[in-house]
Amino acid sequence: MTMILLWLSAALFSLGVYGLLTRRHAIGLLLAVELMLNAAALNFVLFSRTFGQAHAQIFALFIIALAACEAVVGLAIILSLFRSTKTVLADDVNLLKG
Amino acid sequence: MLIACLLFSVLVLIGAIWVVILPNLFRAALSLGLVLLGIAALFIVLRAEFLAFVQILIYVGAILTLVIFAIMLTGKRAVAEVPRPAASRHSIPAMAASLALFIALVSTTSSLRGLEIMAEPPTLTTLGQQLVTTFILPFEVISLLFVIAIVGAIVLASSR
Repeated sequence: MTMILLWLSAALFSLGVYGLLTRRHAIGLLLAVELMLNAAALNFVLFSRTFGQAHAQIFALFIIALAACEAVVGLAIILSLFRSTKTVLADDVNLLKG
Repeated sequence: MLIACLLFSVLVLIGAIWVVILPNLFRAALSLGLVLLGIAALFIVLRAEFLAFVQILIYVGAILTLVIFAIMLTGKRAVAEVPRPAASRHSIPAMAASLALFIALVSTTSSLRGLEIMAEPPTLTTLGQQLVTTFILPFEVISLLFVIAIVGAIVLASSR
């Protein structure tokens, strides 16, 4: 069971990287990052169960809290970006380009 | 227990593939909800019930709702993502890169083969006690970070 979940979390992380590389929509990028954070949390909980340690669960809790912060700030940035430039595609944001 | 683990793993995997390949972003967000619920179920299988409920409350209840709100607020162009010549051009290198990463991760963890569950799961009492004794500093820092994130989000998203 341990190996199955380790492979699952590796697959989740790789899928997150794939989504991060191919998505053009900014919110799509955020969804891919959520996948990667979940893969890390799953790994922490798996090793917490394997070795019976509470530390790992506390770190999984911190990951969830950080993911909430990241989503809130990221979505606020995307909303304000949409308001000022009328685009949400990550490729079109080239305001600082000369 | 192994069957439940396999079942939820397949569910999470299918949901995760949908999250990254579905062109419609709204459906991608809904399948992210599927992934999050599947991971909460896996937490229950791993006897981390408290984390499972936190996952459902915060991820599915708060973050996913926020994401769906943002998708709807950014208008019609957001939902029907433009047909993407650029994305299909990048998809093969991206697939190669993520596949290489997957192989690297699997081969790194292959030395853990045969690792079995060797202890009782930690109880909620230990979790709570350690959170306010050993991990009091990270706990306070996370609280501060929450306040900063909320204030920052309000400042960024306020319409002026």
